[in-house]
Amino acid sequence: MKILRGVWIAMLGAAALTGCEREERNFVEPPPTSSAVESLRLSDLRPGPSSPPPAAENSAYQENAYAISEGQRLFSWYNCAGCHFHGGGGIGPPLMDDLWIYGSEPQNIHATIIQGRPNGMPAFGGRIPDYQVWQLAAYVRSLSGLTPKDAVPARSDHMSNESPPTTMEKPSPKMTGSPP
Amino acid sequence: MPGKTWMCFPLRPFLLSIALPIAQPGIAGPSQPSLSIPTSPALPATASEDDGQWLMPARDYANSRYSSLAEINTSNVKNLRLSFTFSTGVTRGHEAAPLVTGDTLYLVTPYPNILYALDLARPGAPLKWKYEPKPLAASQGLACCDVVNRGASYAYGKIFFNTLDGQTIAVDAKTGKELWKTRLGNLNLGESVTMAPLVVKNKVLVGNSGGEFGVRGWLTALDANTGRIAWRAYSTGPDQDVLIGPEFKPFYPQERGTDLGVSSWPADAWKIGGGTVWGFVSYDPQLDLIYYGTANPGPWNPELRPGDNKWTAGVFARDPDTGQARWFYQWNPHDLYDYDGINENILLDLPIHGQPRKVLVHPERNGYVYVLDRGTGEVLSAEAFVHVTTTSGVDLKTGRTHEVAEKQPRTGSVVREICPAAPGGKDWQPSAWSPRTGWLYIPHQNICMDEEGLEANYIAGTPYVGANVRMYAGPGGHRGEFTAWDPVQAKPVWKIKENFPVWSGALATAGDLVFYGTMEGWFKAVSARTGELLWQFKCGSGIIGQPISYRGPDGKQYVAVLSGVGGWSGAIVAGQLDPRDGTGALGFVNAMKDLPEHTAKGGMLYVFALP
Repeated sequence: MKILRGVWIAMLGAAALTGCEREERNFVEPPPTSSAVESLRLSDLRPGPSSPPPAAENSAYQENAYAISEGQRLFSWYNCAGCHFHGGGGIGPPLMDDLWIYGSEPQNIHATIIQGRPNGMPAFGGRIPDYQVWQLAAYVRSLSGLTPKDAVPARSDHMSNESPPTTMEKPSPKMTGSPP
Repeated sequence: MPGKTWMCFPLRPFLLSIALPIAQPGIAGPSQPSLSIPTSPALPATASEDDGQWLMPARDYANSRYSSLAEINTSNVKNLRLSFTFSTGVTRGHEAAPLVTGDTLYLVTPYPNILYALDLARPGAPLKWKYEPKPLAASQGLACCDVVNRGASYAYGKIFFNTLDGQTIAVDAKTGKELWKTRLGNLNLGESVTMAPLVVKNKVLVGNSGGEFGVRGWLTALDANTGRIAWRAYSTGPDQDVLIGPEFKPFYPQERGTDLGVSSWPADAWKIGGGTVWGFVSYDPQLDLIYYGTANPGPWNPELRPGDNKWTAGVFARDPDTGQARWFYQWNPHDLYDYDGINENILLDLPIHGQPRKVLVHPERNGYVYVLDRGTGEVLSAEAFVHVTTTSGVDLKTGRTHEVAEKQPRTGSVVREICPAAPGGKDWQPSAWSPRTGWLYIPHQNICMDEEGLEANYIAGTPYVGANVRMYAGPGGHRGEFTAWDPVQAKPVWKIKENFPVWSGALATAGDLVFYGTMEGWFKAVSARTGELLWQFKCGSGIIGQPISYRGPDGKQYVAVLSGVGGWSGAIVAGQLDPRDGTGALGFVNAMKDLPEHTAKGGMLYVFALP
């Protein structure tokens, strides 16, 4: 009997110990307002009341001639041009047109470069310093005229730039990746 | 000019009277072609001459693409009409050949490489089954020139095919059940697979793609029963890796030596040097040798890889059992222009300089049609079939081209009027040969380019090219040609000009017809003897597939082709590229800016028959 009681006590003790480990439940979830989530919107469709689009991040890079020109250099350096060529595309989609599969905001392009995309875009995260990713994003946006004209680099001497991006005729851009 | 077709060679009567008797020795009657089509019963992948099946993309081991069916001929082809269609559900470039065995038609689509089996015994050829391999989506980022697939092969009751992400798969031809699959390619090295496998002596021969990604090329033989790797022969590196041993006896001294696959490169460059194997493989059962071409060295900018860059841009003859090389000949030592050596090798028995020779005929990217002795690798003739500015002929003594120095691409400067351009006088699109005329029917392009050499950074899994390119139409302004070529006389017999590159394969039949498709979507039948257009049908999308002909279960002759524009030349449509950047798609966009005005995407099988 003594042994049996001891077993009971041990079992009760074990049950009390494990019973204290309860799953934590938040009965009220905080509203998803963090900018990190908002900035990666890939859909024009947004349930609920309308809200202004998130502010573009790192606008310092977007309007900076040095950043865009560095982005242009890095675009060749990291072999982006191997697939997207000088904006017209080939292995990868064109970047100078007005179709943005994964969003046209700088943070969208930043995320695309870092994360990769399922249909062939490699994930460069951890391989390229973050400021260079922003510089690349700025250059990519300049290809379709989304950056201020006065910040876009002048033509280079390369064959590819006989008609530089800024002077090219283009249809009015429609940014499918961000809400109006 | 667009869409117009006409003859530009007024030599037809002359050649018909002179070339025909010479080109057809040993032909007792029209039904006994002198093709070296394998007939041994020990070779199950081989159809007998007139059984009406189509078991491999090139129809036979000789790569003739000749059908001995003659129900459809020059006088009744005008009545040819649509029999049935089948939508593939895929809208990228359809370069494959359908296969027919028994009462089933098989076709494999571009990525995602769906394999369909259609029941020819029932009205409208309904779907029997489909097999979806679900290749890794990321492989789409490794296809230099659209996510194409060049077809499957049938043998031993199995369908063998490759997926873009580098798998070889065997499927039961009756049930569609997967029998085995083997992953051969490594995505993170930039490897993909687009070629059609060839089955020889219980081995499935598969080569890789990725010459624009710093891939090291190989041909691999898999056991047809198990999928296990039997041997792999690399196109660069030490002799041991290239399977070069005591049996290797190349004809020319420049191919002899130890470890040339290392010493003809800058240090370690052979490890990322290209030489991929993405074309069609041929097989001669009598000599028991397989033949295949190796692709361009990488990167394109030749200044970054001084040396002959062995064993790229050439042709290997190998023992199919062991993979051991027997001979090699390099079409383009130290290739300057992305002239891949992968174009088809058609195995024929022809009288050369009055002597019957076992030859290999190869219309090469560099613009010459080569005739080689396929036992030794000796060049017997090499004459230009397009406008060539990069070389001034082939030296038959040394086997080397005479290069034109000022056309050599240089880092930092633009070299203009390089003809033929990077896709060559002819790219992958396979020729057909008719034993009835003795002529080769070559679908090809007329494209030149400007090229600027650039520094190239090797980052595994990304492109490794080092060049800016812009292509444009060659002399005459038309971008495509379809040429009937006499390999004995080594000259053209007739030529058809097409507005766009003729990127489809060719098919020759015993009805003295030759079929090919245009990138606008016209499927054409022309007279094999004169090139006269006898019939055409406008398909839904541009044609870059390989036409075939078969006898249906009802005993009638059918002609089938896949429509679905794309490929390198059609990337502007298939990939919705922006025509304002001429350097797009490795510079091909510049020459194809107006293609989107002529055709749209869409994948569809079209099958024709007489009423």
